[in-house]
Amino acid sequence: MDKKITPLSKIFLAVIFFILYAPIFFLVIFSFNSGETMYNFKGFSLEWYRELFQDTRLLIIVLNTIVVAFLSALFSTIIGVLGALAIHQAKKRQTKNTLLSLNNVLIVSPDVIIGASFLILFTMAGLKLGFYSVLLSHIAFSIPIVVLMVLPKLMEMSPTLIDAARDLGASSWNVVTKVIIPFITPGIFAGFFMALTYSLDDFAVTFFVTGNGFSTLSVEIYSLARRGISLNINALSTLLFLFTLLLVVIYYFITQRNKPNGMGVRKR
Amino acid sequence: MNKLVRFFLFIAVVSAVLLYAISSLNSSQGYSGGNTLTVFNWGDYIDPDLIKKFEKETGIKVIYETFDSNEAMMTKIEQGGTNYDIAVPSEYMIDKMRQEDLLIPLDHSKLPNLKHIDKRFMDLQFDPENKYSIPYFWGTVGIVYNPKMLHGKEITSWNDLWDPDLKNEILLTDGAREVIGMGLNSLGYSLNDTNKQHLVEAKEKLDTLTPNIKAIVGDEIKMLLANQEASVGLVWSGDASEIMSENEDLDYVVPKEGSNLWFDNMVIPKTAKNIEAAHKFINFMLDPKVAAKNTDYVGYSTPNKGALKYMPKEVVEDERFYPSPELTEKLEVYENLGKKNLAYYNELFLQFKMHRK
Amino acid sequence: MENKRTRGLYRIPYLLWILLFVVVPILLVLYYSFFDIEGNFSFVNYQKFFTPVYLKMTLSSFWYAFLITAISLLISYPTAYLLTKTRHKQLWLLLIIVPSWINLLLKAYAFIGIFGTYGAANSFLKMIGIGSRQILFTDFSFVFVSVYIFIPFMILPIFNALNELNPTFIDAANDLGASKWTTFRRVIFPLTIDGVKSGCQVTFIPALSLFMLTRLIAGNRVITLGTSIEQHFLVTQDWGMGSTIAVFLIIIMVLIMVVTGTRKRGV
Repeated sequence: MDKKITPLSKIFLAVIFFILYAPIFFLVIFSFNSGETMYNFKGFSLEWYRELFQDTRLLIIVLNTIVVAFLSALFSTIIGVLGALAIHQAKKRQTKNTLLSLNNVLIVSPDVIIGASFLILFTMAGLKLGFYSVLLSHIAFSIPIVVLMVLPKLMEMSPTLIDAARDLGASSWNVVTKVIIPFITPGIFAGFFMALTYSLDDFAVTFFVTGNGFSTLSVEIYSLARRGISLNINALSTLLFLFTLLLVVIYYFITQRNKPNGMGVRKR
Repeated sequence: MNKLVRFFLFIAVVSAVLLYAISSLNSSQGYSGGNTLTVFNWGDYIDPDLIKKFEKETGIKVIYETFDSNEAMMTKIEQGGTNYDIAVPSEYMIDKMRQEDLLIPLDHSKLPNLKHIDKRFMDLQFDPENKYSIPYFWGTVGIVYNPKMLHGKEITSWNDLWDPDLKNEILLTDGAREVIGMGLNSLGYSLNDTNKQHLVEAKEKLDTLTPNIKAIVGDEIKMLLANQEASVGLVWSGDASEIMSENEDLDYVVPKEGSNLWFDNMVIPKTAKNIEAAHKFINFMLDPKVAAKNTDYVGYSTPNKGALKYMPKEVVEDERFYPSPELTEKLEVYENLGKKNLAYYNELFLQFKMHRK
Repeated sequence: MENKRTRGLYRIPYLLWILLFVVVPILLVLYYSFFDIEGNFSFVNYQKFFTPVYLKMTLSSFWYAFLITAISLLISYPTAYLLTKTRHKQLWLLLIIVPSWINLLLKAYAFIGIFGTYGAANSFLKMIGIGSRQILFTDFSFVFVSVYIFIPFMILPIFNALNELNPTFIDAANDLGASKWTTFRRVIFPLTIDGVKSGCQVTFIPALSLFMLTRLIAGNRVITLGTSIEQHFLVTQDWGMGSTIAVFLIIIMVLIMVVTGTRKRGV
């Protein structure tokens, strides 16, 4: 394995990143359009940004979206990790397969079905629709992705590692917190971020289970489609995108400084 | 482990701060508690200034919630769990909702402004005597086309679409009744035909249109047509006026064989809590000046006769969007054909879509 | 120390979730699937599923899901591998995920703009002398955008597997004179198989029920089971047929899980 990246590989990575960000640049460019649409660039203007800052309703919706995403990712990660442990520790192969199949049901089901059945579930339970019903559903449909992100890390862990810890007299709690969790941490982070993605992207489930004035950004965006999506949504996405980027970079360098060796980077 | 705990704590703290921000924002806006009215409407389908005006005049706080399809809206109202005081479904939905007992009858004595609505849009088959609904906007289904891209060719009838010169030039709206209806109309049948043989005939005729069809799309059809992705499109008149304001080369025509006449209507669903305020809101929206301002913002055709005199002449006199009574006579409103027939329409539409592969 | 019973307590939240949000909805879906459109109990939906229309749809869903998964893997594996070699690899990894936080509908609209007749992609093709092509509403654009969406889901687990790879194994292989390709085939790939599997699952399974993109990007030229369920729930309001298709989707998924399932280690 070569340590150095060849120029060819650099080009490959550059192309991948370019493609990943191309549609976002497209959205950003049109947020400065003085025209009204996403296909005819008439001239430069900051009009949409000005309009955006006067819209308190939209601001509330954005904050709602972020809170639901954060909290649902948090809870689903915790439950998902416990679930992955449960699946990993199941002795019989059959139990394992059954649990995994049940786990994946929500991934294979289209959103409308999940949304409709959760709606029936919540109204049967007499839960008032709104923030809590949306949060609960987001936690529910994010759990399987967390499990699928954590499980491979658990399977990579050699059983001898745990045995060794046990032999040294570690309690179960210690084995979990000192041996297992540190080993699967990358998987946990992956699960958390994927759960965040699921939550931010979801429209259909949220639409069905929301109510009483609670709305999220994607519900708002989809319902705008019939009348045409206004460019202040582009402006909003641009700001959110830049803010996220900033946050990610800052977060990364803070964690870097705390740990001179980087996040578990193996030094050769 | 420590890093993980710290990270999760950080997320929890940020969420708590945001939750606090939301609740204080909500109460500063007056959304929590008190005299509120929840309107369930299509996104951006009302002038926001009018909502502010209504709030100022009545002291009632409006919560605006949105949906993106009639059926999804109906499911939400059917299941309950949330209170919508006003909803704006399309006409075929009214009949369905009425049958399922999802609507509250309107008290016409509380709607003095009802007199401004054009008589020809009142007392229609989907809601006799307007017991449950008041028209909000109306329009037709027709063809948007680009004479420039078609080298001056004119389109006047549905059958013009079968012209071999239009190869790969047509965009259709993704709606079973619109597309099958186009087939029916082109054969001279009614849009509400339930005769299976006629329907199959229509589907077979549509199959021969496949070489001309570029795509079957949803709301993005506006963007595609205005951007000249294709030269012909089957659209609702509301979309057409939007497309044409973006791209002036385009023209709109209601085919001579006849077509569909549609309505979006205000209703009070059974989930309503504030029925008094709901009536006030409907009456407010029926005020001619308010209706004119709303029409100016939304761009669809208003059924409010009183509003017409507050609107620009060139809009009111545009026969494409305010067709004469003689023409509207020829247009048909969709009837609720019942689930079984509707399923058959969709079955045929699905087969038609699969045929293209 | 702890007895067996308290040690099992940690399973409770997960099992509770399975019961409430998986088993109950499955039962609901099963229940609905036995009712025809007029609300009568019948097996008509199941009969209907075995007609050419729906069988063809199943096959095409499979084909596209397979295509999307295979291409995603082909792109993601080298990307993940190269990412592990970069200096700020965790940062780059996060930057792979960030685009997926922008609303999908907006991104789809952007792709319509980019792939359109007058879009950037066609301008590029013209510039390099190939000339304008129809890109939008083709299989190519559909697969391209789908792969675009699933790439982060595929890269993450593979990256995690590669990142923890013990370099001594590779050194050992190199010392034993193995060529690069052999090292990859016999050492690296088998050690990352769990990550690859996980990536394929989180791509293939949801790809089976893709919708929306089939209309936005493929102009309804591609019709999958997901599109059809969407239609049945939101247009026909035939929840019975929609549920029946969902039942088959779940059965198909379980079959896939069993076939590719947790064989004992050392494949």
